[in-house]
Amino acid sequence: MQYAAPETTAEATRLLADSPGTARVLAGGTDLLVQMKFGGLAPDLLVDIKNIKGMRDVTPEDGGFRVGAAVSGAEMGEHKAMRALWPGVVEAVELIGSTQVQGRATMAGNLCNASPAADSVPAMVAANAIARIAGPDGERDCPVQDIPTAPGKTSLQKGEFITSIFFPARPDNASDAYLRFIPRTEMDIAVCSAGVSLTLDTNGTCTDARVSLGAVAATVLLVQDAANALIGSKLDDSALEALGAACSAACNPIDDKRGTIEFRRDVTAVLAKRAAKIAQSRAGERS
Amino acid sequence: MKKLHINTSINGNSAEFLCDPDATLLSVLRDQLNLTGAKEGCGSGDCGACSVTVNGRLVASCLVLAAEVEGAEITTIEGMAEGEVLHPLQKKFLEHAALQCGVCTPGILVAAKALLEKNPDPSETEVRFWLAGNLCRCTGYDKIINAVMDAAAEMRGA
Repeated sequence: MQYAAPETTAEATRLLADSPGTARVLAGGTDLLVQMKFGGLAPDLLVDIKNIKGMRDVTPEDGGFRVGAAVSGAEMGEHKAMRALWPGVVEAVELIGSTQVQGRATMAGNLCNASPAADSVPAMVAANAIARIAGPDGERDCPVQDIPTAPGKTSLQKGEFITSIFFPARPDNASDAYLRFIPRTEMDIAVCSAGVSLTLDTNGTCTDARVSLGAVAATVLLVQDAANALIGSKLDDSALEALGAACSAACNPIDDKRGTIEFRRDVTAVLAKRAAKIAQSRAGERS
Repeated sequence: MKKLHINTSINGNSAEFLCDPDATLLSVLRDQLNLTGAKEGCGSGDCGACSVTVNGRLVASCLVLAAEVEGAEITTIEGMAEGEVLHPLQKKFLEHAALQCGVCTPGILVAAKALLEKNPDPSETEVRFWLAGNLCRCTGYDKIINAVMDAAAEMRGA
């Protein structure tokens, strides 16, 4: 195996594109190194992107933030302005692994690992985050929800890698939240999860919403029916019931030792309703 | 495999070594540099026994490649005591009998020190969450938490 730590995006894409064998991008390495040790992955080339300018920066842009692909969970958690704008995203990132894992793990890595249960991905999808991808043909932008295509698979082409993820500006009376269910209090993989991002008008009526679900299908789900249940309402009981029903209906989970299909359908609805209420309360605090 | 030549700083001393591109920081610390305080428990970042800091950030050294620490500043458990003088956390671990077999102890001390540098006055809940990635199969954790809380109080008073 070869290890390369290029200092430019162009050099990184060239290394990845020209590698005749298996090449992998190394940012935090918290999934990659485990796969190399226990998962039978034997890359011919690792391209460490952390020495490329901007990869470790959170940069204000158009009222939102561009988060470099190598920004760790711990660095995200310490970024007060990012937390104020997208609290649901930051709380989702902070749920990944232990303090030690937080010191290294990145959102871009969580996304590209393409686990259906990845905690930061539903929150990013609810936030309508946009991944910036560098490749042999230059840069392109892609909505986060279009990156994972199946468990462990992404839509990235050979030579491509994510350089940053953009979180847009939002009105004052808007916020988000992410909740997951695990059978213990920390350091576990989501049995099911829900992210809700919403905007309220001055009367407290929801004018815009995005609802995403994790660990209940092969990839994260963006549920338009669930968002429609919130839009036009003040999140009264009937709207929340409709939200929950839409989420349960959208679930297509597996049955495994961590949760049955029935359990996941039910709990996903509960999480979505609770996340919506938290997002509503946070939006009220910002307005 | 072609060896990589890495220059780094460990516990304030400059260090250099040759390593394979796929060698972990943990394996280099233990097997080449004879810094055997960090332990390999799981090798997958779940147990925390290999905790060190890299540029001030707490990490599992089994999930860091040695190649990545070029130019970095690393601290390990070996840098915690100053000569014969134990760090307050080390003293409190002895006082509270916060260890039995001792395999998890170096990692927990390194992790607890990182917590107290960031938050000198943590609540018990904060200590428990911070140390959730440091597994101990002997003590049941209470004595560890008590020792960390007591050390924090002493360090605030000092």
